[in-house]
Amino acid sequence: MAEIEAFKNNDRDLKKVEFTQVDQPGSVGFLGHAKGFWVTFSTIFKKPETVEYPEVKAPTQERFHGRHQLNRHPDGLEKCIGCELCAWACPADAIYVEGADNTEENRMSPGERYGKVYQINYLRCVFCGLCIEACPTRALTMTNEYELADDSREKLIFEKDDLLGPLRAGMLMPPHPMYPDMNDTNYYKGEVTQAHPSQDVNK
Amino acid sequence: MKTAELIGNDPGWLITVKALLVFIFCVVLTLLSVWGERRLVGRMQQRPGPNRVGPFGLIQALADGVKLALKEDIIPAAADKVVFILAPIISATTCFMSFAVIPITGPVNLFGRQTAMQLTDLPIGVLYVLAIASVGVYGIILAGWSSGSTYPLLGGLRSSAQVISYEIAMGLSLVAVFIYAGSMSTSDIVAAQSNTWYAVVLFPSFVIYAISMVGETNRAPFDLAEAEGELVGGFHTEYSSLKFALFFLAEYVNIIAVSALATTLFLGGYHAPPFLGFTENWLGGWFTAIWFFSKVLVFFFVFVWLRGTLPRLRYDQFMQFGWKILIPVSIVWILVVATLRLLSLQSAPRIYVVGFASVVVLLVMLVNIGFDNAKNKKIKAIVDDSSAPSFAVPELPMNISSINVSAPKKGSDRG
Repeated sequence: MAEIEAFKNNDRDLKKVEFTQVDQPGSVGFLGHAKGFWVTFSTIFKKPETVEYPEVKAPTQERFHGRHQLNRHPDGLEKCIGCELCAWACPADAIYVEGADNTEENRMSPGERYGKVYQINYLRCVFCGLCIEACPTRALTMTNEYELADDSREKLIFEKDDLLGPLRAGMLMPPHPMYPDMNDTNYYKGEVTQAHPSQDVNK
Repeated sequence: MKTAELIGNDPGWLITVKALLVFIFCVVLTLLSVWGERRLVGRMQQRPGPNRVGPFGLIQALADGVKLALKEDIIPAAADKVVFILAPIISATTCFMSFAVIPITGPVNLFGRQTAMQLTDLPIGVLYVLAIASVGVYGIILAGWSSGSTYPLLGGLRSSAQVISYEIAMGLSLVAVFIYAGSMSTSDIVAAQSNTWYAVVLFPSFVIYAISMVGETNRAPFDLAEAEGELVGGFHTEYSSLKFALFFLAEYVNIIAVSALATTLFLGGYHAPPFLGFTENWLGGWFTAIWFFSKVLVFFFVFVWLRGTLPRLRYDQFMQFGWKILIPVSIVWILVVATLRLLSLQSAPRIYVVGFASVVVLLVMLVNIGFDNAKNKKIKAIVDDSSAPSFAVPELPMNISSINVSAPKKGSDRG
């Protein structure tokens, strides 16, 4: 790197610096003062900006970082593959994941692995969203839910049950087999759009 | 019949009832005014203010009071115990005492007796109020001193200096009223204003009183004694629980007391505004109390308005304003008023009065022009001198041979 050259003495002759007269704030005269009083007086009749929170809940911004959600494929299988990338990405060390192998009898997600234990500690989470960026299967996303206060530390460690998204129409509660003639790549590409009757093993 | 004669015959029980009424009135009005102030300031800042406890948050102040009463009462180890306990008591008692001479209604019927809502009518009523207000300052100073801590001491010192400075201006502004009313009794002063309010006749006095009463009550923009940004809580930093509540109570009762005094001395007291004199007989004379309260509330609104609008003054500006402007102006004004009053009392020809007034106006204009010229000259002098700064300028760092940025030192921030 080049060295920064110092100023020579005559480069910055103080006498050459021009001093300009600037209008001083504060000399506003009587009307100026009256104006200030008018501002506060007229504000009395304006509508307050306050949102009466517990009664009125203003919607958040669309992409507000709220509570996490573990998503499902359209047939109900979990998207999480237990890769722990979210846990590795987390700067606050708030996520704990334990993966396990899928078997034919106990299939929670398409492919080889699924997240057996999934915990997010909301006492540590800073809602930065790096886990969402890290997730390779879009299993982990964030909702707009922000009312996360509670009265004990235990309650603020959310388990997999608390984080999993709901079963929507066409979904089946895992464990159940994959869609017939589809593999995990098909799932990944979104070619499975709903559960097949043959997947319903509990029927 | 004069009020002094009217209430002079009050039996003991009636005086007790009146004292109780004054006390209840002060406390209730304090609770309401705390709420009112917070709501108003809130609206001025485009937020609703307290609105959760009771309808419209009306009993917020009561809830706060209960909360304060239930808090632990801490006395610091370094505090002077006796004085520390005495200070809030002084503050709270004196502020109530000034209400004794304030006439709240005209002649009314209370429990079958003809009387007026005024506890007592001293011939030197207004002086009594001033004296009581001065004693009340002891509460603040002693609280600051006895806390055994720096910020309260600073707050107490500031407030003593402040009240001394502004009490002079306040007293001087009242002199003109005394001269015109020919009495220091509050009820006589009210009676003397039955035609025109002194706020109109003695407008400069009214303005000076209005300014100094804000200084007297330690309210924004003159709240230097408890400047939150500079002195933590000021003189009551070390106070907690009920003792703090007493200071709080005292502050608001004081505001109402000075507003009531201003109403009495300048806004015609309990009399109805011009052209509404017929209302004074409504409700058997009790309607005058409504006029009195509405005038007090107007003052209270101005207090809140000031707080919502103006930033706190710097201490030296505040002192300069008091000593160099308010006091000289009041002295000159008193001279003018005294001369005019004397002329009219001696029934001097009208031409003299008008002539004197014109000379005064001319003099004021001349002084004003003189001040303006001096100011312009000063500004010009600054502009002419602007080619080079005359003040000391620190040397610029020009003699450094080289600054190496490529190899940061080991152990530095980025290393």
